[in-house]
Amino acid sequence: MRMKHRVAIVGGGLAGLRAAIAVYDGGVHDVAIVSQLPPVRSHSVAAAGGINGSLANHPDGKDDNWEKHAFDTIKGSDYLADQDAAEILAKEAVNVIVETEHWGCPYSRNPDGTIAQRPFGGAGFPRTCYAADKTGHALLHTLYQQVLKRGIKIYQEVLVLSLVRHEDRVVGAVVMDIVSGEIGTVQADAILMATGGAGKIYAHSTNNLLNTGLGMALAFWAGVPLKDMEFIQFHPTGLWGTNILMTEGCRGEGGYLVNNQGERFMARYAPKAMELGPRDIVARSILTEILEGRGFNQGGPGGGYVHLDLRHLGEAKINERLPEVREICKNFAGIDPVYEPIPVQPSQHYTMGGIDVNIHGAARLKGLYAAGECACVSVHGANRLGGNSLLDTIVWGKLSGQHMAQFVQDDPVKGSADRALADAQAQVEARIRELFTASGTEQEAVLRVELQENMFNNVGIFRDEDSLKAGLAKVRELRERYRNVKVRNTGRVYNMELIRAYELRGMIDVAEAIAAGALARKESRGSHARRDYPERDDANFLKHTLAFHTPEGVRLDYSPVTITRYQPQARKY
Amino acid sequence: MKEFKLKVFRYDPEKDERHHYETYTVDYRDGMTVLEALLWVFEKKDPSLAFRYSCREAICGSCAMYISGRYALACKVQVKNALEGDTVTVSPLPHMPVIKDLVVDQTKLWANYARVKPWLINDTPPPERERLQSPEDRAKYNMEIDCILCGSCFASCPSGANNEEYLGPHALVWASRFFHDTRDTADIERLEIVANEYGVFRCHTIFNCVEACPKHINPTDAIQRLKKAAMAYKLGLIKKK
Repeated sequence: MRMKHRVAIVGGGLAGLRAAIAVYDGGVHDVAIVSQLPPVRSHSVAAAGGINGSLANHPDGKDDNWEKHAFDTIKGSDYLADQDAAEILAKEAVNVIVETEHWGCPYSRNPDGTIAQRPFGGAGFPRTCYAADKTGHALLHTLYQQVLKRGIKIYQEVLVLSLVRHEDRVVGAVVMDIVSGEIGTVQADAILMATGGAGKIYAHSTNNLLNTGLGMALAFWAGVPLKDMEFIQFHPTGLWGTNILMTEGCRGEGGYLVNNQGERFMARYAPKAMELGPRDIVARSILTEILEGRGFNQGGPGGGYVHLDLRHLGEAKINERLPEVREICKNFAGIDPVYEPIPVQPSQHYTMGGIDVNIHGAARLKGLYAAGECACVSVHGANRLGGNSLLDTIVWGKLSGQHMAQFVQDDPVKGSADRALADAQAQVEARIRELFTASGTEQEAVLRVELQENMFNNVGIFRDEDSLKAGLAKVRELRERYRNVKVRNTGRVYNMELIRAYELRGMIDVAEAIAAGALARKESRGSHARRDYPERDDANFLKHTLAFHTPEGVRLDYSPVTITRYQPQARKY
Repeated sequence: MKEFKLKVFRYDPEKDERHHYETYTVDYRDGMTVLEALLWVFEKKDPSLAFRYSCREAICGSCAMYISGRYALACKVQVKNALEGDTVTVSPLPHMPVIKDLVVDQTKLWANYARVKPWLINDTPPPERERLQSPEDRAKYNMEIDCILCGSCFASCPSGANNEEYLGPHALVWASRFFHDTRDTADIERLEIVANEYGVFRCHTIFNCVEACPKHINPTDAIQRLKKAAMAYKLGLIKKK
């Protein structure tokens, strides 16, 4: 299996599809998508609530504009976002959203026929465009359709196992056809990583079961730093038990959060914004209620929870605006939110950090790009606002795709990369052989669960030096034990055990970057809440963490935050 | 219930002449889904088992299977609702070649979808802002857009089983979705694709797809609405919009 394209896009979610379209429309038709999944199975499909843009379509949103969107994003980020990037995000928003509408995205509509918008957390205006509560599904199918229309090549169920460097640039990737088990290579003048988040490193995650962060690990192993990995978003409202996402749209449409005293407790934590505070603050508020004894199921199996109450919205509004929430509650929790409150608990949701890229989506390795959740531009900083992740995927899918189209015309690979590709393939094959011949005293599934529990408990919503040291030590212990993981299934066709064992190595290394970054950041900012350093410390930590992979483990460095016009101030809601 | 039996279709192309069923005793947990049971078997008993999965919340369409006599998403069906006696039986979607165990070759599913030109066609230059669409017009295709392309309807359709060329309910649902979108101007182009013996007229209103759809879509209804338009077109009653 020897494939060659001018541009290879790794991942078929929103960022990858939007990038492929941009490369194609930029005049480079030889672009291929390489995806572990058929594109419409990607996790973008599960995004629910919406996508932010200052369209000013809502009666309460007439005064909205891109500058207010940029400011809300920067404030939401606890001032860790690069402000030039946040400005690009907000400026591009209206155009990229309208473009998806022109492509057929089935947005919900206002009576005047414009795209409907709803309020979301941390936003000054109703700015979140939606397609009921299935916005990710609507957008992903729309972009997939545009990719089909252009006849862009898709290799689906093909997993990238390593990135190949030659001289000063990336020249391709080693891949495995999951269906046949065959290992091969794809050569390209530029590669975009659009592989999504690393949520499955954590227990209690809203993410799909395949978001292991392998794409981040591949870049990390290739010498590219991961940025701001300690910033992990916990969504306030994961469905208790399964942690399936209960969209922020529930609160955007007027849902209440209620404790076991019947109180709308957000009055204590965000008296103005109430339930529509930013996610970091709402998630911590819920956990505080539970830790102080005001949750339900206190100390019971599965942990405590609070209620998300939609009953006052009425059946008609729930059916129109939140039909999937109702469907999920009925199916997965056996309750009907029209008549009963929904039990919710904070759940790992999003990786603010990722592959370090500039505002063009380019990483610190020539030819390598990244976009979407696996990348860190950074626009989300220490805390992402709801509705900004879908926007991030299509803005930087587009911008990085446009940049790549130009880059491969200006600066293609010169000479032969065959040797580098063959050597890299041999290395991957050797690693796979090790997995088949290891001692077998450890099992992938066992280590995976230990890693997930460790990260949730020790590198979770609240952290301190003791928990972080314990968390980091556990990650390193797991890396040692990983050497003894043996893949027992030696078949080639659709070998899930091999894939999962391969991914686990990446999960462990990415987990180390998260834990090490968190231990070194002695302040509280956004989602990173240190009990031992409860204040934000701009004097020492208004900077991005960079984690580099070395044979001895992770090495940390820092880079400055770009401030354009918004000086950091206290963050109140 | 402490445990139950999960009877799973097994076929390994590298080893087996033909398929067989293997039965595993699985520890039951309240609320357990069939997908969780399969993962339990994979992790605790048999790492050679192959099946597709991803979102585990019935929106990605990966895990459509034939479960105790019904087409279903494994992530959406609870074990307690799929028991026949003490056993849940899981087979791959029929009418598609088996790759391994519960993984089937869906090449045709994707190819047929692409045949209906499933993208918005409108060659007039778009306005600077969004094209306007009233909530009433938006509602005309609200059912169809819920499709997750899981393949349950396609596998369940006897018309498709007996005809290699039939587009299948999923592709026709998407044709209907664009046909009823006021922003789309390719009515005739799509009717040309579906108004024939491999399109809407191959639907014999058997309604299996309605029962099979995990997203409560009624493909038969969508197809009949399209069939009505196709008849009108064939009779020369529909010209360009």
